[in-house]
Amino acid sequence: MNDAIGLTPESVLLVAVLLPLATAVAVVAFGRWPNLREGATLSGGAVTLALVAGILLPAVRGGGRPRIDLFEILPGLQVSLHGEPLGLIFALVASSLWIVTSLFAVGYLRGHHSPNQTRFFTFFALAIFGALGVALSANLLTLFLFYELITLCTFPLVTHDGTERAKKAGRLYLGLLMSTSVGLMLPAVIWIWNTTGTLEFRPGGILQGHVAGGSAAVLLALFAFGTAKAALMPVHRWLPAAMVAPTPVSALLHAVAVVKAGVFTLTKVVVYVFGLDLLSTGAARPIQWIAAFTLLAASVVALYQDNLKRRLAYSTISQLAYIVLGATLAAPKALVGAGLHIVMHAFGKITLFFCAGAIYVHAHKTNLRQMHGLGRRMPVTFMAFFLGSLSVIGVPPLGGSWSKLWLGSGAAQGDEPWAVAVYMLASLLAIGYLMPVVARGFFGEPSPDDAFCRDQDINEASPLLSLPPAFTALCCLALFVFAGELADFLGGMLGAPTSTAIGAP
Amino acid sequence: MSHLISIVTENLPMLQVVLPMLAAPLCVVVHHRRATWWVALVVTWASFANSVALARKVYLEGPLSYFVGGWEPPWGIELRIDELNAFVLCLVSAICAVVLIAAPRSFDQEVESDRHHLAYAAFLLCMTGLMGIASAGDAFNVFVFLEISSLSSYGLIALGPSRRALSSALRYLIVGTLGGTFILLGVGLLYMSTGTLNLVDLQQRIPASDGHRTIVVAMVCVVVGACIKLALVPLHGWLPDAYTFAPSVVTAFLAATATKVAFYVLARFLFSVFGVASSIDRFHVDWVLLPLALVAMVYGAAAAIFERDVKRMLAYSSLSQIGYMVVGLALVTKSGLTGGIVHLVNHGLMKCGLFLAIACVVLRFGSPHLGVQRLGSTHLDRLRGLGRSMPWTSAAFVLGGLSMIGVPATVGFVSKWYLVLGAFEAGKWWVAALILFSSALAIAYVWKVVEVLYFADPPRREDEVGEAPWWVLGPTWVLVGASLVFGVWTAPTVRMASAAAEVLLPALAGAGP
Repeated sequence: MNDAIGLTPESVLLVAVLLPLATAVAVVAFGRWPNLREGATLSGGAVTLALVAGILLPAVRGGGRPRIDLFEILPGLQVSLHGEPLGLIFALVASSLWIVTSLFAVGYLRGHHSPNQTRFFTFFALAIFGALGVALSANLLTLFLFYELITLCTFPLVTHDGTERAKKAGRLYLGLLMSTSVGLMLPAVIWIWNTTGTLEFRPGGILQGHVAGGSAAVLLALFAFGTAKAALMPVHRWLPAAMVAPTPVSALLHAVAVVKAGVFTLTKVVVYVFGLDLLSTGAARPIQWIAAFTLLAASVVALYQDNLKRRLAYSTISQLAYIVLGATLAAPKALVGAGLHIVMHAFGKITLFFCAGAIYVHAHKTNLRQMHGLGRRMPVTFMAFFLGSLSVIGVPPLGGSWSKLWLGSGAAQGDEPWAVAVYMLASLLAIGYLMPVVARGFFGEPSPDDAFCRDQDINEASPLLSLPPAFTALCCLALFVFAGELADFLGGMLGAPTSTAIGAP
Repeated sequence: MSHLISIVTENLPMLQVVLPMLAAPLCVVVHHRRATWWVALVVTWASFANSVALARKVYLEGPLSYFVGGWEPPWGIELRIDELNAFVLCLVSAICAVVLIAAPRSFDQEVESDRHHLAYAAFLLCMTGLMGIASAGDAFNVFVFLEISSLSSYGLIALGPSRRALSSALRYLIVGTLGGTFILLGVGLLYMSTGTLNLVDLQQRIPASDGHRTIVVAMVCVVVGACIKLALVPLHGWLPDAYTFAPSVVTAFLAATATKVAFYVLARFLFSVFGVASSIDRFHVDWVLLPLALVAMVYGAAAAIFERDVKRMLAYSSLSQIGYMVVGLALVTKSGLTGGIVHLVNHGLMKCGLFLAIACVVLRFGSPHLGVQRLGSTHLDRLRGLGRSMPWTSAAFVLGGLSMIGVPATVGFVSKWYLVLGAFEAGKWWVAALILFSSALAIAYVWKVVEVLYFADPPRREDEVGEAPWWVLGPTWVLVGASLVFGVWTAPTVRMASAAAEVLLPALAGAGP
C-alpha cells in the first residue's frame, strides 16, 4: 500500500526530514492564529512520527538500509540521507518528544504570557529539522551541515527572553558550539576526506587501514571535543549557562535534539567511521579517561547545585559522559548500551525538566530550598519527577536500568573493570543529587513564611503542564518492557541482526 | 544583422573593456544625474553579459587571444582570456552591474548632486581598468590599466561624505602610486632582461634566463607592488580608512573587485609568468607570502573584533579574507589554489552584500555630512535594535555574516573546505589550524553585530526608522542570495576555480587526490 502512494522508504527519508521544515513554514504562516499555529506544529510532529515509526522502522528492521542522494554540494560529495538502526532510534526520539514538548510548551508559554511565541515554535521546528537531518545523514558532510543548523536554530530559543543574562548565555552557547565544530570537527572531516577519499558512513568504518593508532587518537579527540553538544569537559560550559532559556527549550536541549545530536554524532562516528577494530587498539584511551572524569566530576558538581535546573544540567553532563564512555569503549555491548541510553536518558531527563518547568510556572519556585513540602501540593508532578529520577539513576522497573546494565556489561566485555566501577559510582551519586528533590517535596517541612507550600489543598499545575511529564514518566516504565526489542534493533548497527551475536547483557 | 552579431562575438574580449571606457566620457558630457546612471547601467549590464558569454566560450573552446586592431604581438596589444581571467572578469562585471542598481539612491544621500555624473564616470573608468587588467595579455598594459583603475578609485573614494574621505584618498593615492611604480619597475626589468612584454612570451623566456639577478629583482618588484594593491599585511595601511570613508556603494564595489584583481595579478605573475619552477622552487616566494598571509588572516579578524564602527570592522575583516586568498596561493597545491581562487569570487559576493547592507543602514540614518548632522551613522550603536525596524537589512547582514564565518551551505564554507584541504595536502596542518582559528574569530565579530541588531533596544523613540528602499535592498539580497546559492550549488564556481587552478599549476593538475 505504501508503494501505491509512492512512499518508498527512500522517499520517506526525505519527506521525514523536510516535514519539520514545512511545519516551520506553516507556523510562520499561521502566526496570527495561535491555535491554528499550534495545530500545525502538532500535526507536523504526528505525521513525522508516523512516517518514521510506520514506514522507516519496519524497513530498517527487516534489514533494509534505504538511502537517497539529494544533490552534490561539493564535487564528489553528496548530501545524502540513509536509514540505519542508530539514526532511526534518534529520529524516533526526536520526533516523538517533539510532540510532547510542543504540548508542554503551549502550556508553559501561554501560562507565562511569553512574547514571540511564533518565533519560538518556528525555530523549534527548524531545530527538529536539523535533528532529523543529523539522525538520517548518510555521510559526515551531511551530518556536519545539519549539526550546524541545529546550533543556529536553537540560538534564538536559548536567548528567547532577550535579557542580558540570556544574551550572555547565548554568546557562550553559540561561541562554544560553533567554534569547536568549525575549529575541531571540520578539520577532522577534511582530514578524513583527504586520507580516505570518502566520507560515507559504512558498517565497520572507513578509517581502518588508512590511519595509524596515533592519528586515530587525535582524530577521535577532534571529534569528541568538536561535538561540544556532547558536553564533554571542558567544553560543557554552555549547558549550565543555557539554563536561562525557558524550560521547554531546556527540554529540547537536554532530551530532544541538541545534546542527543552530540552523543549521537560521536556514537555514529565511532561505529561507522572509526570502526570497532581501530578503536580497540587503545586509540580511544584518552577520551575514555576524559569521559570518565566528566562523568564523576559533573555528578559531584550536581550535588552542590541549589537551582533545580542547574542541578539537572550537570546531571545531563554526567549522563552524556555515560554515552561517550560507552561509545569509546568500542565493545559491542557498550555501543548498544550507548544507543539505548540515548533513548532512556531522553525520556527520563525530559520528565525531570517538564516537572521543573511545571513547578516554576505554577509555584514560581526555582531552587531546591524553596521546595519543601511542595510535592504534597503537586503530587502528579512530583510522582513524575520521582519516576524520571529513578530512570536516570537506573533502578528497575524503569527503562534506565537496562541501558546502564548494557553499558556496564559492555565495559566488562571490553575488559575495562575500572569503567564498571565508574558507572556504579556515578549511579550512586545520581541518587545523591536527584532523590533529595523528591524527598524534600514529599516529606520536607515548608518554612513558616512560605504560604504556597503550607497551603494544604492539593493544587496541581494545569493539565498541559502536568500531563506531559506524567506521560513521559509512564514511557520510562514502558521502555523497561521494550528495552529488549530496542537492543535487538540497535544490534543491527554492528552488522549483527540479532542479539545472539552480541549476547544478552 | 548577422554581420553585426558576428562582429560583436568576434570582439567580445575587447568590447567589455572598450564599452565602459567610451561610456565614461559620455557620462561627463551628458551631465544629467539620472541619464548618466542609465548610461552606466546599460554599459555595465552589457559588459556583464559579455563576460558571461566570454567565459562560456573559453570554457568550451579553450583560451582566446585577441589582437587589438589586428596587430599581432609582439608589436600589437594582445588580450588573452583563459579560465582564470574569465572567472575574474565575470566577478568584476557582475559586481559592477549589481552595485550600480543601488548607486543612485545611495549617491543621492552621500554625494553632492552636481557630482553624480563624475561619480558614474569614475566608476566606469575604474571598471575599465579592472576589466583591462584582467584581460590584458602583456605586462605593460597590466600596469596601464592598473593605473586607470587606481586613479579613478582615488576619485571615487574622495567623493565620500566626510572630510576624512579626502585624506584617506590622498593616503591611498600615495601608497597606491608606490605600488604602481613597483609594478612598472618590475615590468621594465622584465623587458630589459627578456626583450618582451607579452605574458606568454615572458613565460617561455624566463626559464632560459634562470637565476638572472634582474629577473629576481623584477619578481620582487611585481610581488611587492601587487601586495600593496592587494593590501596584504603589512602593506595594508591604506585600506581601512579608504573603505570607511568612501561612499557606501563605492566601498561595496571596491571591496569586491579591486583587491580581487590585485590578487589575480599576483597569481598570474607568480604562477604563469615566472612559473612555479623559479618563483616557488627556486626563490621560495611562498616562504614570505605564507607567513604574511597567516598574520593577515588572524590580525584582520582580531582587529575587527575590537572595532566599533561596522564599516571599518568589515574593512578589517577584508584584510583577514585577503589573507585566506593568499594562503591558498602560497600553499602551492591544487586544492589550496582552488580555494584561493574560489574565495576570490565568494568573498566578493558576500563582502559586497555586507557593505550594501551597511549602505541600507546609512541610507536610513543619514550620513555624517550634507547638512544631516547625525554623525557616525555606521557606528555600532546606530544599529541598536535594527532587527525589528529593518528586518530585511538585518537578515541580509546575518546571512552574509554566517557566510563570513564559513557555516556550511554558504560560500564561505566552500572556500574554507578547499583551503583546509589544501593545507592538509601540503602537509601543513598548522596552517589548517590557523585558518579555522581565524574563522572562530569571525564568529566573534559577526555575532557582536548580530547581538546589537537583535538584542539591544533602539536608543530613542524618534529614531524608529523604516526599511530601506528596494532599490538598495534588492541588490543586497541578490548578492546575499548568490552567496547562499553558490554555497549549495557549488558546481559552477568550484569547477571554474579548479580549471583556473589547473591553468596556473599545470604540473600539479593530476597530483590531486
